[in-house]
Amino acid sequence: MNTSNDARGFRPNRREFVETAVAGAVAGALPSDAQSPAAPASTECTLRVNGETHRLDLDPRVSLLDLLREHLQLTGTKKGCDHGQCGACTVLVNGRRINSCLTFAVMHDGDEITTIEGLARGAELHPLQAAFIEHDGLQCGYCTPGQICSAVALLSELKAGAPSFVTPNIADLKPLELTEDEIRERMSGNICRCGAYVGIVAAIRSVAEGQKA
Amino acid sequence: MTPFTYSCPKTIEEAIVAAESGPDVRFIGGGTNLIDLMKMGVEHPRRIIDLNKLPLKMIEEHNGGLRIGALVSNTDAANHPLVRSRYPVLSQAILAGATQQLRNKATMGGNLLQRTRCYYFYDPSFEECNKRRPGSGCAAIKGYNRIHAILGASDQCIAVQPSDMCVALLALDAVVQVDGPPRSIPMRDFHRLPGSTPQIDTNLQPGQLITAIDLPPIPYGRRSVYIKVRDRNSFAFALVSVATVLDTRPDGVIRKAHIALGGVAMKPWRATKAEQLLAGKKPDENTLRAAAGAELQPAKGYRDNAFKIELAKRCIIRSVQSALRAG
Ligand SMILES: Cc1cc2nc3c(=O)[nH]c(=O)nc-3n(C[C@H](O)[C@H](O)[C@H](O)COP(=O)(O)OP(=O)(O)OC[C@H]3O[C@@H](n4cnc5c(N)ncnc54)[C@H](O)[C@@H]3O)c2cc1C
Ligand code: SF4
Ligand code: FES
Ligand code: FES
Repeated sequence: MNTSNDARGFRPNRREFVETAVAGAVAGALPSDAQSPAAPASTECTLRVNGETHRLDLDPRVSLLDLLREHLQLTGTKKGCDHGQCGACTVLVNGRRINSCLTFAVMHDGDEITTIEGLARGAELHPLQAAFIEHDGLQCGYCTPGQICSAVALLSELKAGAPSFVTPNIADLKPLELTEDEIRERMSGNICRCGAYVGIVAAIRSVAEGQKA
Repeated sequence: MTPFTYSCPKTIEEAIVAAESGPDVRFIGGGTNLIDLMKMGVEHPRRIIDLNKLPLKMIEEHNGGLRIGALVSNTDAANHPLVRSRYPVLSQAILAGATQQLRNKATMGGNLLQRTRCYYFYDPSFEECNKRRPGSGCAAIKGYNRIHAILGASDQCIAVQPSDMCVALLALDAVVQVDGPPRSIPMRDFHRLPGSTPQIDTNLQPGQLITAIDLPPIPYGRRSVYIKVRDRNSFAFALVSVATVLDTRPDGVIRKAHIALGGVAMKPWRATKAEQLLAGKKPDENTLRAAAGAELQPAKGYRDNAFKIELAKRCIIRSVQSALRAG
């Protein structure tokens, strides 16, 4: 791949870019829409984000997504649609994946939030982060933090035996069989504009199978 | 977004008292519909009452059936072993809706009250919408109406109720429990057809709190299925869906059929005519076609949605056929 500087200045090479996207360090440029002149009474709450406690006094209109990006400068979590339709904003709340754009931060008093920045242990990537790089589970990287957080939760849902719409004979409570259809159905809340789905499914499959063994 | 104050009561009594403070108050469960509508400028509450600390997260045996608390997440309801094994159609219908992320947040009470996805309702830059602005007209009747109703619509509104879960609840004869004051509302009376008051979606009164959903005992509940036809395989609202529960005799004759349709009306639609025609019959192809045809006989298509009439008939036939193989 050609990595020379072009007329617009420095261009990171793809591998560097991929690694920062997977680790969640790429800053987004979308503004917050929660600020407005007639701010109402603020509300106190305490959230734990990636293991750190934050005591906050917030306009209740601030979404969890805007809190993370605009107040805590955790810009790994992305804003795609802001309406629950794309999954770019997926984070873990008490271990469960949710769309951070469709929830108010003040509703998470006492909750434990994990974002893409909280997955790696120091320099060691989370197995899913490593697998996304290994299997080319991304191109532009914008959806990637959401995809990875979603996939982390998917693995624990599988462990807990949670069914999906494509699980056969749901009434039988049998152990799950991890097919590609299951992965695709369970990841359908994370849209990838670049269409990196083949790599995403392969990355998740590799980690899921590694864990089973 | 219009500024609002936020509170998070711990008891049902406090929540109900807080809701008495006026018309601009809204309860919030998962927030996945309300916050979306606030961002769109369709909803403008001045006070929000968060229900998530209320003791309404139980799934328990009740009168031989099950009681599911209003604040149980859609995920927890769908995954519960008693729901899966006794009422698999409900698990399937919930899992057919939205995405894992949304279902983790969405609550049973909020799902019951989710509003229509009519494009003109959702976007206030359209002036005409009788549901959003009573008396302003209906942009969908003369506009693009592919997702709209074929049954029970009026010349005021042709929107559909979009919930998958509600279709299964109707087929299961569920009962919605309400407080402020206490009341039981059977699913079949919960949602309303538009008539001349399309701004009113349900028979819940303002300020009333949904506390639980009761499922009656249905010994043949395992013989059930939810099918959903949509524009893509996952993460899309239904064009047409059907929940079917069958009580059959060993010789294959249907004793009783419960059939409910989604995506066709402003309420989940109980196919009582089809049910009557199927009772006591062995459901061969002709019987099924006749039953589905009778149900859809009063259907009316608009410019872009007439295809739903034939689609609904085929979905009824297919769902009864697959329910016969289930359980
Ligand atoms: C992108 C997207 C795709 C979706 N796809 C589907 C789909 O395919 N199928 C489907 O069925 N649904 C779908 N949904 C809708 C989703 O199921 C609903 O948003 C969800 O069920 C609403 O539940 P909630 O708890 O988040 O409701 P909230 O947003 O919290 O509340 C909704 C309404 O109910 C009221 N309310 C909530 N709880 C109570 C209570 N206990 N008592 C009285 N009032 C109450 C609130 O005041 C509000 O008016 C989709 C949503 C999104 C955003
Ligand atoms: S169909 Fe109903 S919700 Fe849609 S524009 Fe007409 S009045 Fe509004
Ligand atoms: S930004 Fe939240 S789902 Fe798209
Ligand atoms: S990698 Fe570009 S949107 Fe998914």
